[in-house]
Amino acid sequence: MALLQISEPGLSTAPHQHRLAVGIDLGTTNSLVASVRNGISVVLNDEHGRAMLPSVVRYFADGEVAVGEAAQALQSEDPANTIVSVKRFMGRGLSDVGDISQLPYRFAQEESQSSGHGMVQLRTVAGIKSPVEISAEILKVLRTRAEASLGGELVGAVITVPAYFDDAQRQATKDAAKLAGLNVLRLLNEPTAAAIAYGLDNASEGVYAVYDLGGGTFDISILRLSRGVFEVLAANGDSALGGDDFDQRIYCWILEKNQLSALNPKDTRLLLTMARTAKEQLTEHDEAHITAVLSGGEGIDNVLTQNEFESMSKNLIQRTLQPLKRALRDAKLSINDVKGVVMVGGATRMPQVQQAVGEFFGQTPLTNLDPDKVVALGAAIQANLLAGNQSRDDWLLLDVIPLSLGLETMGGLVEKIIPRNSTIPTARAQEFTTYKDGQTAMSLHVVQGERELVADCRSLAKFELRGIPPMVAGAARIRVTFQVDADGLLSVMAREMGSGIEAAIEVKPSYGLSDAEITRMLQDSTQHAKDDMQARALREQETEASQLIDAVQHALMQDGELLEVSQRAHIESQMNALRDALQSLDHMVIKRAIVALNESTVSFAQSRMDKSVKRALAGKNISELEIK
Amino acid sequence: MSVTLSEAAAKHVQNFIAKRGRGIGLRIGVRTSGCSGMAYKLEFADEADDDDLQFDSYGVKVLVDPKSLPYIEGMVLDYAREGLNEGFKFNNPNVKDSCGCGESFQV
Repeated sequence: MALLQISEPGLSTAPHQHRLAVGIDLGTTNSLVASVRNGISVVLNDEHGRAMLPSVVRYFADGEVAVGEAAQALQSEDPANTIVSVKRFMGRGLSDVGDISQLPYRFAQEESQSSGHGMVQLRTVAGIKSPVEISAEILKVLRTRAEASLGGELVGAVITVPAYFDDAQRQATKDAAKLAGLNVLRLLNEPTAAAIAYGLDNASEGVYAVYDLGGGTFDISILRLSRGVFEVLAANGDSALGGDDFDQRIYCWILEKNQLSALNPKDTRLLLTMARTAKEQLTEHDEAHITAVLSGGEGIDNVLTQNEFESMSKNLIQRTLQPLKRALRDAKLSINDVKGVVMVGGATRMPQVQQAVGEFFGQTPLTNLDPDKVVALGAAIQANLLAGNQSRDDWLLLDVIPLSLGLETMGGLVEKIIPRNSTIPTARAQEFTTYKDGQTAMSLHVVQGERELVADCRSLAKFELRGIPPMVAGAARIRVTFQVDADGLLSVMAREMGSGIEAAIEVKPSYGLSDAEITRMLQDSTQHAKDDMQARALREQETEASQLIDAVQHALMQDGELLEVSQRAHIESQMNALRDALQSLDHMVIKRAIVALNESTVSFAQSRMDKSVKRALAGKNISELEIK
Repeated sequence: MSVTLSEAAAKHVQNFIAKRGRGIGLRIGVRTSGCSGMAYKLEFADEADDDDLQFDSYGVKVLVDPKSLPYIEGMVLDYAREGLNEGFKFNNPNVKDSCGCGESFQV
């Protein structure tokens, strides 16, 4: 006999057609799955009652795969084939990963056709695995758990990603879900999910801060809610700061107290575990007892007070406040603009963290939901909505794109087609034209970033529109449409309006940017605004100058005989002056030389025009010339 | 005769309504559909219709529309756990035949 859940009024499902949908928090350290049951978002536990699945995958030579606790428990046994924190590799190339000598894995680089960059790959005992495949193993376990818990097949899932994830990382996440047999209803930004879990989407409009201190990473996001849309105003953080650092502080304190040094790996692990337990105890109690016996027989028996812990971890907490200030500055907001603060991540349970954040913002942060679960709970609410289990169907939360999307134009400049923070899904079109006479192909280079020059932005894809009918420069009308779907993924189409020829590309970007790089790119764009403006002006003049030189040379070749020697010498000297001006790298100098060359050719252009009119008129009678 | 909840089911319903933040009770009914004729309807009730029949079970108001009542009269709604799954179970004395999973039935 089936077990039924209570539906919203009027939304009972037909038998065997339950719209089962889940939210998945695919985390760096732990992953969770949640679903709305009987009107309430709940995290789905495994058969041992555990909510969190460690994001650890171990490959065996026989093709077996272990995921979660089983893989984590024996991590030190086979580090090369036990992949932890695979999220850091999603959509990343080898050059993004950083110092790989610190990691126990054997890396390989995937070859990518489109750009020469590919996602990093790991050589395991079971063959080469991509981060997408590894993440899919984690998702498969969560999917199986969800289907067992909900008693049926899932119609879809909402998967959360960090706000700073770029297209490549989002695409990789989507691919992993597909590989795990999940239908992705949408990807949702993690801070947005946390805000939804707290019901802020139903709150009045305003600015909210999401403070996410996880096991090994710290993220701060400033969100603005307006008309049901959460917009990420700024994201900042520290990818090497988390709860583990607090454990490390206690661990060092134990070593110091007991005058220990250089422990073997087993004792290190033991003391780190004790340190973590002590940290957790200090959330509820004023002091924690730390007792252990090391492999050499030394006994450890210490008492750590909340006060001692606070003072030793003070500067760790201070380190989270710097990115907070930067994020507010990026968003051009002050502390008083923040209406609410949401706490995410297990490490925010520490009373001193809550206190410091509360003092910083001058208000008590929201902590009544489990900070480990809040992202998954919010994702589940969104999934339930998208699956059609909520009556308020006008309530559809939108996201925004994190960095502007544009196209390279002549001179290496960027034409922004979709500005950053546009709500998605969205589509924008713009018309471009040819640069040279008789040009039959156009190369389209799709870039992402805030800067004016292509070289300072990130290349996403390149493709060509071929078969443009030969026309004079500027006559062709090529309409380029950028379309971003609800998951923030981009497709670009170019169409020559006269002939109807088309070319299109789905941007499956080859590799991504790091958190720090995105932040840097955003900061650079404001810091270099003036440089960029000048660079753009220079490139524009350079482009115009070379176009003019081409045209004049062409004319001289065709109709040079129309000119007297002195006239021709004057034009040529102005042309050389323009060539010299190009060397100056000063856009005003180039502009003046362009004007001079243009002026020197006025009478020449006149004679050419007369000549072509004469040629057109020769041998025709007047009636043929009538304009219809 | 009436439609009732087991004590466990009533507790869960009360909990769900409290967390949902609104609702006057539970609506139970049937509708025609499914592979075996009839299907159950189990929904939160935000308001009662004029002709609704109302039953009280361990403090939970149960609403049944008069057309549905003959199909579910005497039914006891229980809350059960099966493996990782849990939910409401219909113990309906009127059922003569049901599909494999019991989600739809005939009387």
